[in-house]
Amino acid sequence: MKTHEVVIQPGRSEKHYWRDLWKNRELLYILSMRDISVRYKQTILGTSWSLIRPLTTMLIMVFVFSKVAKLKGDPGIPYPLMVLAGITIWTFFANAFTQISTCITANSNLVTKVYFPRLIMPLSSIVVSFIDFLIALGLFVLIAIWYQFWPDWHILFLPLFMVLALLASFAFGLIFAVLNVRFRDIAQLIPFLVQVGFYACPIAYSSRLVAGESWYPLYILNPLVGIIDGFRWSLLGENAFFNPTSIVYSVLIISVVLVISVYFFRKRENTFVDDI
Amino acid sequence: MRQRVVSHRFATKRHMAVITVEDISKRYIIDHKKGKGSNSIKDAVVEQFRKLFNGKNSSDAERIEHEEFWALRDVSFAVEQGDRIGIVGHNGAGKSTLLKILSKITEPSSGRIHIRGRIASLLEVGTGFHPELTGRENIFLNGSILGMSREEIRRHFDEIVDFGGIEKFLDTPVKRYSSGMYVRLGFAIAAHLDPEIMIIDEVLAVGDAEFQKKCLGKMRDVSASGRTILFVSHNMTAVQALCNKTLYFERGQLIEQGETNQVISSYLSKVSKTRLARHWATPEEAPGNDLVRIKRIELIPEYRDNQNFIDVRTPFRVRFEFWNMMDKANLNLSLHLNSMTGECIFNVGTQSQPFAKGVISGECLIPGHFLNDGTYNVSVMIVKDTVTPLYNMEEGLIFDVADYREGVAWYGKWPGYVRPQLEFHTEMMEENILND
Repeated sequence: MKTHEVVIQPGRSEKHYWRDLWKNRELLYILSMRDISVRYKQTILGTSWSLIRPLTTMLIMVFVFSKVAKLKGDPGIPYPLMVLAGITIWTFFANAFTQISTCITANSNLVTKVYFPRLIMPLSSIVVSFIDFLIALGLFVLIAIWYQFWPDWHILFLPLFMVLALLASFAFGLIFAVLNVRFRDIAQLIPFLVQVGFYACPIAYSSRLVAGESWYPLYILNPLVGIIDGFRWSLLGENAFFNPTSIVYSVLIISVVLVISVYFFRKRENTFVDDI
Repeated sequence: MRQRVVSHRFATKRHMAVITVEDISKRYIIDHKKGKGSNSIKDAVVEQFRKLFNGKNSSDAERIEHEEFWALRDVSFAVEQGDRIGIVGHNGAGKSTLLKILSKITEPSSGRIHIRGRIASLLEVGTGFHPELTGRENIFLNGSILGMSREEIRRHFDEIVDFGGIEKFLDTPVKRYSSGMYVRLGFAIAAHLDPEIMIIDEVLAVGDAEFQKKCLGKMRDVSASGRTILFVSHNMTAVQALCNKTLYFERGQLIEQGETNQVISSYLSKVSKTRLARHWATPEEAPGNDLVRIKRIELIPEYRDNQNFIDVRTPFRVRFEFWNMMDKANLNLSLHLNSMTGECIFNVGTQSQPFAKGVISGECLIPGHFLNDGTYNVSVMIVKDTVTPLYNMEEGLIFDVADYREGVAWYGKWPGYVRPQLEFHTEMMEENILND
């Protein structure tokens, strides 16, 4: 057997970091399982909460924006389906982003007592949020069947937008996670950001409504715009508004932020415990 | 037997350093702020602006706000294959920081460490236990946090449950466990780790005496199997029993390293807040009153060879001198020996007898194998006519009695105020009563 050698030096990241990360995949699985199984302990409704929440949000949105504010959806698409598609992908992003941002401090009992590649924690936040997302997507399918709405070939692009949403939450979440270790202000800031994001992104309305505005070029610099529009487009077809330029922006911005945030995280992760 | 000797010789011959620590330092920056917390963005932003406007040199007042603190400073040592290293020192001496660096939980500010072999560190019992999860689920959770594969955990599952003694509560959430069960389960999991190097931080401070015995037994097995152990503890008896070498830290520095008994004896003699002798040259400065004044009080141990601290075996004398300013008085001395919590262990007095003006001395011999280990103080009272206290010198001396045991595989705190060596024996009365 080959002996396992480790050199510890300031600023020196583990040589076999990515291999270590792969070796710890069981830990990733177990931490994710922990978060999933713990969440609905001592609740009466149990896992059905993960259906109740998006469903009620959708009903409120439909009531407020469609019946009260009388916003127009995309032509040929039932307004509730449009909203639900937006809510589904946004909720995934927002949950994953929020949980990644606070994952280090939430697991401080582990961070201060054992070593493992710290990226396991944000990854496990993603796994948990992704499972919620799959449940919400199932809900969407049921409601689409209710409206007798069938997807077409656009659905083939769905995984692309899911992956982009995942990478976006990871990229932005990591930076906030590192900052939150040192500055707990971040934990206060996040719900606020998520709330602003909800209205800044085309969730309750279609991007078609703002496409003519003079500030539209700025609007699509928000990487979530392209992802949400694209997600809708792949689920609901050609009638849903989708500007291909916006997804190009999304890919570019997310790639840059992802590289920076992983670098930043790796640089700081060895001393999380000193600030926590 | 023969084979064991050979393999042992082989192991010692290799002299392989499994851990080499070179000039490790760890520096923390402490923010001195009054009242509010300093970890807010506002402070960081304000600080940046200050730098921007004031240039790089911050004023003295600001420099004080960010004080450097060296948790470890230039620490170097090497650990060889199969060594059992005890790490001792006061709280805040840097022991835990060292363990955290070795376990890769935090990185050093400078220096270099080379480790050969898989490390498991046990800085806490039951790390990551989730209160809502059952004992069974937590075994898997904690096991994988400590680095076991699920396959390994499954293999050891029954042993873990058995060692922890929690069969009946396997499917109960651990938040319903008693603290004893919680600790037992935590240790049971850790005990089934199979690393080449094991780092343990004061795990024995928790749990009842019986459980501590079990833990120490397990650690003994682990060390007997040739694995390397680093063990931080305040329990000198346990360190003495388990470790062949000891590192002694003080204020972030490695003060002494070497053979356990030697290091521990110098540690004990340094840390004790003892006051073994006090002496006043003239009556003017001495404590007392117009009638009597204390001249000298001292404790004179009768050490064994090469020993420089008092343990439960050491006999010692308490010597006392005072000035008597009265022309003629019937005086006697009364000596109280108290525990540090204030209980009087015993009180002895001398016969009252007439004394003229001058210096009077008294001496009391306290035999070895009498006091239990602990910290004690001595008060001496000067009494006139057997009923009138003239002066009472409280806590005149303070001293430690260290533990010492032989032929006992139990290292918990020995109960009782005294530990006399009384005649107590057993003998076989009748054999084979079952085969009547």
